[in-house]
Amino acid sequence: MLRSELGLTFGRMRTRGLLLVVAAIPALLALAVRLSGGPDGGHGPTFLDQVSRNGVFAALAGLTVVIPFFLPLAVSVVAGDTIAGEASQGTLRYLLVRPVGRTRLILSKFVTAVVFCLVSALAVALTGLLVGWALFPVGSVVTLSGTTIGAWDGIYRSLGAATLVGASMIGLVSIGVLISTFTESPVGAIAATAGIAILSQILGAIPQLESIHFLLFTQEWMSFGDLMRTPVMWDNIIENLILQACWTSVFLLAAWARMTTRDVLG
Amino acid sequence: MTVARAATESPAAGAPSSDTLAVETTGLTKRFGDQLVVDNLDLSVPRGSVFGFLGPNGSGKTTTIRMLLGLAFPSAGRVRLLGRALPGSTAEALTSVGAVIEGPAFYPYLSGRDNLVRLDSVGPKPRSGPGSGTGRADQGKRIDEALERVGLAGAAGKRTRAYSLGMKQRLALASTLVRPVELLVLDEPTNGLDPQGTREVRNLVRKLAADGITVFLSSHLLSEVEHVCTHAAVLFNGRTVAQGTLPELREAQRATLRVETPDLAEAMATLRATPGIGLVQQADDEATQANSTVLHAELLGAAPDDVNAALVRAGVRVRALHTVQPTLEDLFVALTGEGFDVAQ
Repeated sequence: MLRSELGLTFGRMRTRGLLLVVAAIPALLALAVRLSGGPDGGHGPTFLDQVSRNGVFAALAGLTVVIPFFLPLAVSVVAGDTIAGEASQGTLRYLLVRPVGRTRLILSKFVTAVVFCLVSALAVALTGLLVGWALFPVGSVVTLSGTTIGAWDGIYRSLGAATLVGASMIGLVSIGVLISTFTESPVGAIAATAGIAILSQILGAIPQLESIHFLLFTQEWMSFGDLMRTPVMWDNIIENLILQACWTSVFLLAAWARMTTRDVLG
Repeated sequence: MTVARAATESPAAGAPSSDTLAVETTGLTKRFGDQLVVDNLDLSVPRGSVFGFLGPNGSGKTTTIRMLLGLAFPSAGRVRLLGRALPGSTAEALTSVGAVIEGPAFYPYLSGRDNLVRLDSVGPKPRSGPGSGTGRADQGKRIDEALERVGLAGAAGKRTRAYSLGMKQRLALASTLVRPVELLVLDEPTNGLDPQGTREVRNLVRKLAADGITVFLSSHLLSEVEHVCTHAAVLFNGRTVAQGTLPELREAQRATLRVETPDLAEAMATLRATPGIGLVQQADDEATQANSTVLHAELLGAAPDDVNAALVRAGVRVRALHTVQPTLEDLFVALTGEGFDVAQ
């Protein structure tokens, strides 16, 4: 089931299109920096001003740019479509009578969406590294702590950061899968999931709501940057992972409960 | 309501155990909010039968099928599928079931063949059976054979987005033939098919039934049911109003004697006086020749030849006389009404 699911998702033109768009962002960033000719200092997202000095930073700048909007949107498309897409096509009933157990179905859908998160985040980092290497010098990396680490160390850490970014999306995937079990309209499920990701970030930006900030699944999305410190500051990274695990356990359980008790009529 | 009685008597007569039944429901009920869609349904589908499931639109057929296949959960009552109780053993039972439910549905961006591969790969490994081999290894061969059987081998590489409804219907049928099954549930399988396709489906159903596969066929095409089915049930407002073998169902409807004569009054009097004749009615719109009349006489045990002799003895000139066997359509209309309103 899982293999068929992965094949179906990644064989689909839409998924490939999403990956292409997300992966194009670091390339565009690097190109823009290259064409504008040199560091700007102080403006733009973190890491961006360092790109011209070291191509490795194109990956990190790309991750910083995609994580608030483009990546959650792409993830919402895949996660919101999981069950609702099958239901709207009518293929859900054919899967269930094959039979595919409802628990197995929802787990394979969830795992596939998580794989998509990791693949898209790694795609961002890899294109960033490639384009950065092509357009800029690559050398020792100056960390956020001001120390210097080797170029390879920097590359490994960038890929590690991408993995963390992918993992940051797992909570959102669970929310999307849950919403997807409630509707036969994949577009509705996708829009609702993306809406929740944006809403959560807006709430996270309102200082008056600080007391609930620790609950938001988007709150520690930027923690991947802490990998670029020496020594690595694990606190926020671990907090983020715990947050994702909590949201996942609640929402995935709810999705499972919904899926195993609902009537499939569409 | 002789029919309803026939329905309750027939399972008791043979006292079939659940091993001889492919589908058995007792008191099956489904409520959506305060709307009763399926009401206390007792179905007995014998193994090896071709079972016609009839009913007007909105009578609860599809909801019943969804409950039989574990897609929807009953509000009350029990379902046994191939001798296994649902929902506890749904997966085991469904392994030996092929189904086309409420029209074909496919991934539009996959080819017909890839759709079958997807469906076959996600399910449990096929069990061993007669004919083709089993297991994942011969998947390609099994799929090719199924496509061949429904005449889709030529279009297998096309995306299903480009398929006509008839082609999708064929592909859905092919998907049920990819692995050996004991029970086929077909919901309106000839919807959208051309006359050749309809005939092919009918032949296919006969062939499968000859192989010992039970076929549960939901249809609104009564002639189709009449042609291929051995058993039938008629559903109306969520209840079975008739159930049994096809001969049983036909018997429940009385045959009519159609008499054409110019001597209306004498014929009427003689027929009314003959024992074993029920209601006699004049059919005004059926006269084929001038100065002749057509009479319909309900046959309640009188032999047509005796009736003819009686008429001749009474000096009635008989221009034509024959018995009219009730069709399934007559039964259907008698049970579910003539109106054009959707039930409920």
